[in-house]
Amino acid sequence: MKPTEIMNEIVVLSGKGGTGKTSIAASLAVLAGNSAVIADCDVGAANIHLLLKPDFGKTFEFYSGELASIHQELCTVCGKCAEVCRFKAISFIDDHYLISDLDCEGCGYCERVCPTHAIAMYERKSGHVYISKTKVGSTMVHARLDISAENSGKLVAAVKNEAKSIAIKEDKQFIIVDGSPGIGCPVVSSLSGANYVILVTEPTLSGLHDLKRVHAVISRFRIQSGCIINKFDLNLEKTVEIKHFLEELQIHHLADISYDIAFTQAMTEGKTIVETSSPLKQLIEEVWYNVKEQIIIKK
Amino acid sequence: MTEKKPFKIAIASGKGGTGKTLLSTNLAAYLSQTRSTLLVDLDVEEPNDFIFIKGTLESVSDQYKMIPEWGEDKCTLCGICSNVCKYHAVVQLGTFIAVFKELCHSCYACSELCPELALPMQKHKIGELSKRSDGHLTFIESRLEICEEQAVPLIHQTHNLVDEDYNKIPFQLFDCPPGTSCPVIAAAKNTDYVILVTESTPFGLNDLKLAVETISKLGKPLGVIINRHGIGNNDVESYCAHNQIPVLAKIPFDRQIAKCYSKGELVYAKVEHVETSLRQIIKYLDETHGNHE
Repeated sequence: MKPTEIMNEIVVLSGKGGTGKTSIAASLAVLAGNSAVIADCDVGAANIHLLLKPDFGKTFEFYSGELASIHQELCTVCGKCAEVCRFKAISFIDDHYLISDLDCEGCGYCERVCPTHAIAMYERKSGHVYISKTKVGSTMVHARLDISAENSGKLVAAVKNEAKSIAIKEDKQFIIVDGSPGIGCPVVSSLSGANYVILVTEPTLSGLHDLKRVHAVISRFRIQSGCIINKFDLNLEKTVEIKHFLEELQIHHLADISYDIAFTQAMTEGKTIVETSSPLKQLIEEVWYNVKEQIIIKK
Repeated sequence: MTEKKPFKIAIASGKGGTGKTLLSTNLAAYLSQTRSTLLVDLDVEEPNDFIFIKGTLESVSDQYKMIPEWGEDKCTLCGICSNVCKYHAVVQLGTFIAVFKELCHSCYACSELCPELALPMQKHKIGELSKRSDGHLTFIESRLEICEEQAVPLIHQTHNLVDEDYNKIPFQLFDCPPGTSCPVIAAAKNTDYVILVTESTPFGLNDLKLAVETISKLGKPLGVIINRHGIGNNDVESYCAHNQIPVLAKIPFDRQIAKCYSKGELVYAKVEHVETSLRQIIKYLDETHGNHE
């Protein structure tokens, strides 16, 4: 078998933030050890490094998209650029037209219409990508988005592609992806090529509402998914409601995890729950076993 | 000065699930007992405020972004459109011009630079804006359509609409998306003050630092609220003290709060210390606003 045929990409998502996505993804990463490549695709609020302790071995700059800039000496202050800019990025301050990096979306329309060619487009540095060894010896690809940079979706794609090529090269069985909250471009980007999605939710009205929305996105891509109900004992009625939803949509119910301060305690020590003596350890081990089973059954 | 400008407060966080929605809805409902308040849910990918704010639904309106539509009959296949598009949203495939609407940033370049006017801009639905009222509280929810990827245009439009239609409401709260990328910036840019809600855990601290950097780059004054205070460690407090970031309130870790939240209930009427925290926050905001005027 070719390596691509045995490689499985597992994405951890939640819709709502703060349901325990990263704690679960990190635990699975520890259990998978060196059989997996880890990809942190929550580039806007990356946290998994706090538990997996990567060494930031290799760093490279990530460029994506462009930024417009005005050569003041060539500018005749005609104002055409500001007229065509739909992003209100060009303003007239002290007799000069200036472009705000924060607002410019790099469309290049201003460059096209400038009669004196005073506007040039530059490559935009949007962040850094790191390739690291984690504390369990696996390879991890992670990133840092520059403050206020655009294109988080493209940075996610860059992280994933890097993780994928490493997994193929090193013949790894799994890629474990920590996704971002929401349903927008970083989430969609993290789903491309995924074999299985682990949804982490909580029994709150918000948790279920957000789960439904993110699941609707996953369904469009026809990716199989399983769900962990975290803090299930916070509201048993809602837990039952979530289970009905899972049954109805044929989402595999992976586990109920109790509302346990042990997660936070472990995090404070820079550990995942599976590195502690908490009884939850066994539960997460079962989840990992079940996810692997699910993927194999499907194949 | 003819009219007093509204005080716009963004409620944001780096890390998700720290209590933005809890704080936004409780603060808005509590404030509206005594004064006219506007709450805007800008977490367009996963809006949750509506769960806690009841009120009467007054209107729902579709929101659009503009995308080019290929007019085959006028097109001469000159190739300018696909050449100008930096987002690869307009691509020439043989004798066909394909428009990938999810990649389009609505810059209008292809449409306006087309010599044959063969790419007129057309409306494309990206979300819905709904308005609810409850006494002194006006509540606007902005909701992204499933499988629309770009939150930013919808957030911009919502801000514009609020500027146009609700300028008379003096106190305005904007519940922002999590993270530190473009949606948060779009949401916080048009406000006067930013509250960052965090928790005293390593994840909370890491994301708070990122959020502080982002908001500082926008040049906004900011304050922190520490939620679930008592779990984790003291690093968030040390960080705030060291960087002279005001801590507006510390809301203790309390399962009762989580229980109310899970059922979609406002907590301040049920948990006394939450009401105390809300009063502290409002006092601080009133003083800050007074100083800024």
